This record gives sequence, C-alpha cells and structure tokens, in this order.
Amino acid sequence: MAEDREPPPLPGAAQTDFSEPEGGEDLFVSAVSAMESPEAAHLPAEDISTSSNGPKAEPILLDDDTDDLFAEATEEVSLDSPERQPILSDGPSPAITPVTPTIMINPRVDVFDRSPDEDEEEEENRDTFDIQISVSDPEKVGDGMNAYMVYKVTTKTSLSIFSRDEVSVKRRFSDFLGLHSKLASKYMHIGYIVPPAPEKSIVGMTKVKVGKEDMSSVEFVEKRRSALERYLLRTVKHPALLKDPDVLQFLESSELPRAVSTQALSGAGILRMVNKAADAVNKMTIKMNESDAWFEEKQQQFENLDIQLRKLHASVESLVCHRKELSVNTASFAKSAAMLGNSEDHTALSRALSQLAEVEEKIDQLHQDQAFADFYMFSELLGDYVRLITAVKGVFDQRMKSWAKWQDAQMMLQRKREAEAKLQYANKPDKLQQAKDEIKEWEGKVQQGERDFEQISKNIRREVGRFEKDRVKDFKVVVIKYLESLVHTQQQQIKFWEAFLPEAKAIA
Amino acid sequence: MEGSNAETELGVSVGSIRITDVTQDGDLLTFAITSQKLNGSAGVCVFRTYDDFDWLQQSLFSQENLPGLQGIIFPPLPSKAFPSQSNTQTKTLKQLGFLALGQDWQSYCKALEFYLQQVAAHPTLCKSKALDSFLVNSESPGKQRGKKGIFNRLSQAVEEMRKESHKDVDNFFQNERNKNTNVASLSKVATEKLLDVVMTEQKLALACGHFSTSLHLCVNQDDADAVAFSKICLKLSDIIEAVKRNFEKVASNNLSTLGLGLDLESRYQEAEKEMLFRRTCKLIELETVKKNTEKAKANKREVMEAFQKAAEKEFNQISSVAKQEIERFHSSRVNVLQNFLIGWCEQQLNTAKEFAELYSQHLEACRNMYSD
Repeated sequence: MAEDREPPPLPGAAQTDFSEPEGGEDLFVSAVSAMESPEAAHLPAEDISTSSNGPKAEPILLDDDTDDLFAEATEEVSLDSPERQPILSDGPSPAITPVTPTIMINPRVDVFDRSPDEDEEEEENRDTFDIQISVSDPEKVGDGMNAYMVYKVTTKTSLSIFSRDEVSVKRRFSDFLGLHSKLASKYMHIGYIVPPAPEKSIVGMTKVKVGKEDMSSVEFVEKRRSALERYLLRTVKHPALLKDPDVLQFLESSELPRAVSTQALSGAGILRMVNKAADAVNKMTIKMNESDAWFEEKQQQFENLDIQLRKLHASVESLVCHRKELSVNTASFAKSAAMLGNSEDHTALSRALSQLAEVEEKIDQLHQDQAFADFYMFSELLGDYVRLITAVKGVFDQRMKSWAKWQDAQMMLQRKREAEAKLQYANKPDKLQQAKDEIKEWEGKVQQGERDFEQISKNIRREVGRFEKDRVKDFKVVVIKYLESLVHTQQQQIKFWEAFLPEAKAIA
Repeated sequence: MEGSNAETELGVSVGSIRITDVTQDGDLLTFAITSQKLNGSAGVCVFRTYDDFDWLQQSLFSQENLPGLQGIIFPPLPSKAFPSQSNTQTKTLKQLGFLALGQDWQSYCKALEFYLQQVAAHPTLCKSKALDSFLVNSESPGKQRGKKGIFNRLSQAVEEMRKESHKDVDNFFQNERNKNTNVASLSKVATEKLLDVVMTEQKLALACGHFSTSLHLCVNQDDADAVAFSKICLKLSDIIEAVKRNFEKVASNNLSTLGLGLDLESRYQEAEKEMLFRRTCKLIELETVKKNTEKAKANKREVMEAFQKAAEKEFNQISSVAKQEIERFHSSRVNVLQNFLIGWCEQQLNTAKEFAELYSQHLEACRNMYSD
C-alpha cells in the first residue's frame, strides 16, 4: 500500500485503503482525545461570551470524524469526489487535494514575500492573496422559529482558481458551520490550524427570529456578520485552505447542500457529547514520549497564552459593559438638560441649555456609531484568538493521536511477529503464510505511522510559525485601528465643544 | 444675642473670600478661610468647622428688626459632610451629590466658598455682624449656640403640601411659584443624571486601569514572535493608560464645572421655594386673620383690626422684599450658570485637544513601528 502512494500521501485516500479501520479504530477510540473536551469541560455553560460556544461547537463537529475515524473520512471523500474529480483532472491537481505540504511550502513563501504594508487598507482587502471577501446585507428569511438570517458573501479576486473576478452568493450561518466542519475533518488531523467558525448563540438568534427589532438584536446580527467575515478572511489566508474545493464551492456556487450535522440539539449532537465525555477521560491516558522539546515548550506557551488572553478578554468585556452604561446615562442626562432648556424663561440661557443637551447627545451618538471601534474591537479580537488557540491545542492533540497510532501499530507488529514465531513451531503452513502476510501489512502500517507522525510534526511547526506571525499582525492592525478611532472621536468632540462655546458666551 | 442689632459694614472684599485649605480629623473637617480687608492689603485667615457655618446660617435667619426678612432668598448652605464614611457610600452621595465626589473635598469646599461669597454679596445679609465675626474673628463663634432660626428646611408634612398649593392673590407670585416648582424639580433631576454620568466615567477609568495592568503582565520573551507580541501589549497598555486618564479628566471637568453649577442652581431653586413658601404661609395667616376679624364681635373688632393691619403690613413688606429678591435671583442665576457653562465647555475643549494630540502621537509612533 505504501508503495502505491505519492511521497506526500493523501490521508483521505490513505484511510480508505486501510482494511482494518474498525479494528484499528477500537484501539484509537481509547487513545482518541476529543480535542477540546477538557477545555469545554472547564468553560461554564452560561458564559455567553466568545469562549463558550466556540470550543464547544468545534468538538461537536469534529467528533463526527473521530468516532468513525476513517469511516467519516471515507464518506467525506465520496461526497466530495464529484467536485474533486474535475479538479483532479485539471492541471497540477495535487496542489488542490488536502495534503501536499511539500508543494504548499513553495507557494507559501512566495505569498509572504508579496505581502505589502497593510496599514492603509480596508478590512476587506487581503492584498497578500489578492482576494477580498465581504459579508454583508443580512436578510431575514422566513417567520417565527424557523426563520433564519441570510448573508451575502462577495468575493473579489484575480486568482486563477476562481472562475470569476467577482462573485456573490447567499449563505446562512449553518453553511459557515458546515464549511468549518468539512475543513476541520480534512485538515486538523494532519496538523493544519483550521480557523474556528463563530459560535452559535441560541439566545441571540431567538431574539432575531422572534422579530425583535431592538438594539440588541441589531447589534447581534452585526456582531455575527462581522465575525463571519473575519472567519472567511482567516480561512482564505491559509494557503492550503484557500485552494480547498469546499472553500471554493462555498464562495462561488449559488446553491449549497444544507449542512445538517450542525444543529444545536440534534440526536447526533447528544451522542457526540456523550462520546466526548468518554474521550476526555481517555485523553488522560496518553503519555507521549516527547523527543522534541520544541513541542513541549510550545504547548506550555499556548497554555499560558490562553490564560492571558482569557483574562484580557474578561477585562475588555467589563469595559464594553461600562461603555454601554455610559451611553445610557449620557442619553438620559441629555434628555433632562433638554427639558430644563425648554422650561427656561431666559431665552439665551434656554438656548444654551438646549445646545448643551445636543452636544451630549452628539457625543453619545459618536460613540455609538463607532460601535466597532472602542473596546468592542478588542473584545472581538481577543475572543477570536481564544477560539483560535483552542484550534491550535487541538492540532497538538492530533499529533499525540498520530503518535499513539504509530505506537499502537508498532505494538501490533510486535504481536504479529510473536504470533508468527509461535506458528513456526506449530507446523500450520496456511496460518503461517497468513501470519507472514499480516506482518508485512503491519510493517507497512508502522512505516506509514511514522511518516504520518513526522509529517504532522512538520506541519505543526510550520503552522505555528504562521500563526505567531499572523497574531502579531492582527494585533498591530487592531491597535492602529483603535488609535485611529480614538483620534477621530477626539477631533469630533473638539468640533462639538468649539461650536458650543460661543453659545455659552452669548448667554448674557 | 449675636444676631440682634446686626447691622455693620463688612470689612472684607467679597471677591477675595476663599477657602484655601481643609483638614480632616476623623469626622471633623476644618476649613481655612482667607479674605482681604477692604481698608488695606492685610489678609485675614480664620479656621472654621461646619458647625460654625451652621451657626452663621442660623444667625442670619434669626436677625431681628429686619422688615420683610422672610422674603429674603437665603443662600443655601450645603449639608453637613461625614468624611469618615467612604465618599461613594450611597447615603453620602444622596445627601451631598456632587459635593461628595472630587478629591480632598474640593467640590465641597468650593460650595462652601460660594455660600460665603453669596452671603457677603447680598445687599442685606452682608451687613450681618455674624458674617463679619465669622470671617474675621480668630475665635470660632460656633461654640455659642445662638437661638435657632424659625425657618428650618421645608418638611414634607401633608399639611405643608396643602399650603404650598394655596392660590396666590398676586399673579406675579403665582407665576413665580409655578415656574419655581417646575424648574426646581427639573434641575434636581438633571443634577442627578449628570452625577450618574460622572460615576460611570469614573468606573470606566477604573476598568481601564485593570485592563492596562493585565496587558502589562503579558510579557513573554520565549522567541522573536513572542517578544514582538509583548511589545504590542506594552504599547497598548500605555494607550489604555492614556484612555484612563482621559476618562478621569472628563469626569473631573464635569464634576467641577457643570456638576457644581447644576448642584448650586438646584439648591438655590430650593431656597427660593422656601422663601415663597414662607410668604404663602404668611398669606394664609393673613387670610385667616381677615376672616376672623370679619367674624369678630364688636368689642373685639378694634383689636382684631389693629392686628390685621399689622399682619397686612408685614405681608406687604415680605412681598416687596421678595419681589426684589426674585428679580435679583433671576439675573444672578443666569450669570452664575453662564460662568459654569463656559468653564465646562472650555475645560472639556482643552481636554479634548490635549488627548487628541496625545492619541495622534501614539498613532504616529505605532504607524512607524509597525510598517514593515
């Protein structure tokens, strides 16, 4: 089997070739770690901030894959093959199939050389890949509890893998979740950090469905729209994911099969949760002999980073909360000042008081219009990164699983050899031949296991490097945006005060 | 005793009255009050406690031989402060509002200072011996408990409420009472709302401080990327620190200008209300006397009529003083409010300019640092 494959193996295809997925799977279920389950277990269920649903959402999707580790992958392959075949038959197709890390490395380097200064660009511009994606025009479809929001996803690009320069499609939230689910199942087990999709929010969505057109549901939809946009941008930033057929289909094709495994409380979902719990216990039993200190150090670093980011996030959430309170109080004061102005006899004083009310209102409005500046920007960024780190941790766990698989293959080989040795003396030529065949088979698996492990290790190193650089870039961008909004707000305020001063002076 | 023949000329210039210092000893606040003597360049400095202020106010209330005294709008004295309780305790806030905030009792001192200036500027009250003694005597007068004035704060007894709405005989006064009721309650509400705003601004400043500190702790030297990230966190920490100072300054501006102004206006409207109420009570008294006089039997009639005449005279004196006071009040309050509004606007403008500059500098620095 090993000989049939190209040097960079196709894990999707590879797994279909395994004749003992179920048997192997039993070993692996015990070794399988539901990646996010320990983290999910730590998170309080009521925490409606970014960290709760995110990690929870992910494992739900991924457990689909780990339960029937290879069977699901098999399904994936067959589901995809109608789309993949035309792509496979076109030109240099290995670049498009899920794993060709060696091939990816080269274009990746080019791509980073191309990256220009991003400071002046709009959010949508991703000049590095010459692709712009925007999520806009949220529209409510349907009524009552079956209603859902539909978003317009517009892609503008000059890349050749896209069939058109500009394409717009309509997608709903579960489509995004479905995309993530597919990408995660294809790439996480080879060590790619797949950006997590925005979290589900039953509370938020219910308000929208019920038709409340108030500030909080408007805010919710806008928050979600922005999060979906960031999700897509992060996804296409990844060189392998950009070329993935599912991603292309998501961005280009007008109809998309409905993703069903993402329903919040489906029967399958409950089953996954039960399995997750079991896996959490089992994860504790993998004790890996780490031969590479880099991984241990990195894992520790990510643990620390996770804690730091969560703390920061909590800090910012409290700021966002106080900010909202300030807005309410300012509006209330403005109203009372206006009433005072109306009751005032002295004309000039009355006017000044009314102007005072207006100034306060304008300042408040200024802050509200910049709802995505201010602390809100940090809140979203930190939330995104808390979720991303969960994905990173997941990838490290996948490496552990890969190692475990390799070790298990070695153990199996050992057993087969022992069995063969025994049969040598039992004089059963048929069984002996079978034993020899099995040894050959398991030798192959051991080799494959080792290769896979080395591959995922290599991928992770590269992915982590990319992640660290992106993290620095992302934060730089947000800091600059925040400062720009601060400057803008102050300048606007100066205008307001300068306009008010003559009114105050003209009172008497 | 002190307040009886209370006419004298005030020996200090009104504008020079200042509260220059305050010291705290447990629950006791002692204020240093300085003023300039009119007849020379000599300055006077005395030390007074709140009880002394209270004594002064009571003395003013209880001056004798001043016709129409009840028609005077007495400058309002702030409530007593109990500094051993924390500033932000709800009770203190309820009592003192804006005066409880601010560092080191700044606002409270300012309010007391205004009080003294307004008493000294009042055409009638400035002649009070009690005031002169208060400002000039090194001996603290508060030890002597003068007789309590007959005017205490309006109680909210049901009967009082009924009296308050008694119809007036004079349109001018009826209008004034209506307006005053309206404006008094509106300015109280506005003061409270502004107080809420200032409290929230202070909360934001505090939360910014926490965020800034958390960022400062995100330092990590593991590798080049971690170092780069740490630098960003430190920069952001500085920026958030600046934002914190911004909120503090804006809150303090609000507090020391508009807040103080609205608080003063609100308390002054209450003072006017009290005066109008006193007059209304007198009116009711007068009307009762008239009725009784009409009903009186012949032998009592003369006495009653004399009595009625006296009551009428007193009422008219009060009304005429009240009219003057009201006009004076209307023009002075506009000036006072104007000053506060201008001060507020100028301070907020300066703060906005200062921080626009600071943020621009940070932005420039970041753009330079991050362009690679």
